[in-house]
Amino acid sequence: MAGMNRRTVLRGGAGLGFLGVSAAVLPLFGTPDQKQDPSRLKVPDRSESDPRLIISNWPEYIDEDDDGYVSTLTQFEKDTGITVRYTADVNDNDEFFSKVRNQLGSGTSTKRDLFALTDWMAARMIQVGWIQKLDASKVPNLHANIIDSLAKPAWDPGRDYSAPWQSGLTGIAYNKAKVDEVRSFSDLVTRPDLKGRVSLLTEMRDTMGFMLLIDGADPEKFTDDEWKQAVERLTKAKKAGQFRSFTGNDYVQDLASGNVLACEAWSGDIANAGDENLVWVPPEEGIMIWADNMMVPNLATHQANAEQWINYYYEPEVAAKLADYNSYICPVKGAQEAMEKVNPDNVENELIFPTEKTLSLTHRFMALDEAKARTYEKDYTDVQRA
Amino acid sequence: MATVDDVATGGPPEHRPRRNLTGYWLILPGALWLLLFFVIPFYSLLAASLFDPDGSVLTGYDVTFHVQNFGNAFWDYKEQIGRSLLYAALATATCLVLGYVLAYAIAFKAGRWKNLMLVLVIAPFFTSFLLRTLSWKLILADDGWVVDVAQAIHLTDALQLVNLADGDRLLATPFAVIAGLTYNFLPFMVLPLYASLEKVDVRLIEAAGDLYASPARGFLKVTLPLSMPGVVAGTLLTFIPATGDYVNDQLLGNTNTRMVGASIQSLFTKENDYATAGALSVILMVIIVAAVMVYVRKAGTEELV
Repeated sequence: MAGMNRRTVLRGGAGLGFLGVSAAVLPLFGTPDQKQDPSRLKVPDRSESDPRLIISNWPEYIDEDDDGYVSTLTQFEKDTGITVRYTADVNDNDEFFSKVRNQLGSGTSTKRDLFALTDWMAARMIQVGWIQKLDASKVPNLHANIIDSLAKPAWDPGRDYSAPWQSGLTGIAYNKAKVDEVRSFSDLVTRPDLKGRVSLLTEMRDTMGFMLLIDGADPEKFTDDEWKQAVERLTKAKKAGQFRSFTGNDYVQDLASGNVLACEAWSGDIANAGDENLVWVPPEEGIMIWADNMMVPNLATHQANAEQWINYYYEPEVAAKLADYNSYICPVKGAQEAMEKVNPDNVENELIFPTEKTLSLTHRFMALDEAKARTYEKDYTDVQRA
Repeated sequence: MATVDDVATGGPPEHRPRRNLTGYWLILPGALWLLLFFVIPFYSLLAASLFDPDGSVLTGYDVTFHVQNFGNAFWDYKEQIGRSLLYAALATATCLVLGYVLAYAIAFKAGRWKNLMLVLVIAPFFTSFLLRTLSWKLILADDGWVVDVAQAIHLTDALQLVNLADGDRLLATPFAVIAGLTYNFLPFMVLPLYASLEKVDVRLIEAAGDLYASPARGFLKVTLPLSMPGVVAGTLLTFIPATGDYVNDQLLGNTNTRMVGASIQSLFTKENDYATAGALSVILMVIIVAAVMVYVRKAGTEELV
């Protein structure tokens, strides 16, 4: 009996102790505000004394030396004497964000001078002050040559902080061997012969941009009611079993093998798939346009070199060489003329140089603050599991 | 169950004081390891589950002991939690049936092929989990012959009757997710089963025969009870990771087969809602621990595991 008592007391004591320690320790795991002031996070530029440049970019996004062919990067190194350490370690915006969040959020260095992220993530980083302002006098080509449709995004209207590396369109792709032409996004979400064989992208801004366009709303400026209506429409289609999956980068395989008949797709992916049956079409409602933007993070030690790099890639000849390699939309004016010398076959390639008419149909998603972004992301994931 | 303490304080009593101290030194690396990679992450997760839901990754989170997170998370994700438990249970049951037959064959019938068969069970681990799951997409593709055969023998119809498939296809159905889970966790079932079946003294089975037990009766009364530790260990090793799995349902399932692991992943990485993600993780952990405790008690094999 005494033993039992002692045991009970010990157990109770241990339990209370555990609770007490927990209550005391738990608040230490809160996370601090990660806003920074970029003007206070500048370091003396070492570009001159230490001619290096450290870049992070997406995979397969730059041309490479190949017997006889001198890549744009090698040429840059030759022209400037700067040694470039180029790493393809950006696979996913969210993943890269987690990689650099702790450093940028606490005001320490990421050991990088330049990285490229998609519009919405770029906007987010600029908003919280993690990005250094570019010196406009050092990037004259950027301001002179950037194409109009990319010149004034809502989140960086003067391109003071960012420069598009490459750009692309989001639209519809279908397998022409298996299904009739799909022309509009509303076809994609309602046509009965596609039921259960459609995939959409998990990128909220792409998919919801189209859903807003169906109702005639402007993705760059819409009201809460319009948003609600778009979400409801998508939920209805989802509940009716129209969609097979919501995908990331991995939808092309399903489309090629016929598991999916039609899907929401990025233009470059379909161009690079090399499958004749896969057709990319701009939806009748409009096209969503996006870009991956080069930015200089706080505490970068080679900002001047980074600016030299940006300026170099906004020379039309260089831009044409790059675009010839990766078939994404070239953000540089004059590159189309320069393409004449690089590869005449690609001068008329609409995926690299969309016509003025196509570009006039493009839309971007409006810039969102942190709270709004989370509400919308939540609404969108709620649809996916409805 | 032998614990670290038993090992540390065990031993002859005459050298007790000294031995005790050595024991504590010996558990130090393990204890530090646990502190660093279990206790601290556990507290960090627990703290996340009590975050103020109005915070965000960028504006910071405060631990406000907002316990409503648990209720909200459970209510919002009850379907995914139920689905995870159901799929994991079905996959575990399938694994048990398939794994038992295989382990039995290896232990008693394989003869000189025993080692080779064991290697074959482990061989899939030499390739990435992700690649193996992706190749199931090719096998079960809508235009593949597996689907043709399944349609010809009315397997797809049967699956539709029990709500494990929709339409005349296999990929992107609950069936595919459960099949993927079964495939991926089968070795975790086979190995403990084999380990305990291999230890069964065949003379006991012979004795059962000598005492006029039919082979079936002999199996039920002798082999099966003796292999229970393997059954319990195998089901736990399969069920626990299968419940939290977040790969199979994303690659092989459709939007209506979302399991809770994938929801947590999306909450952490896409929606950036750490409070709900943390609460959901804690809920899942509590459910699994409770289920395992009940199961181990019922199976009555506490000393055997």
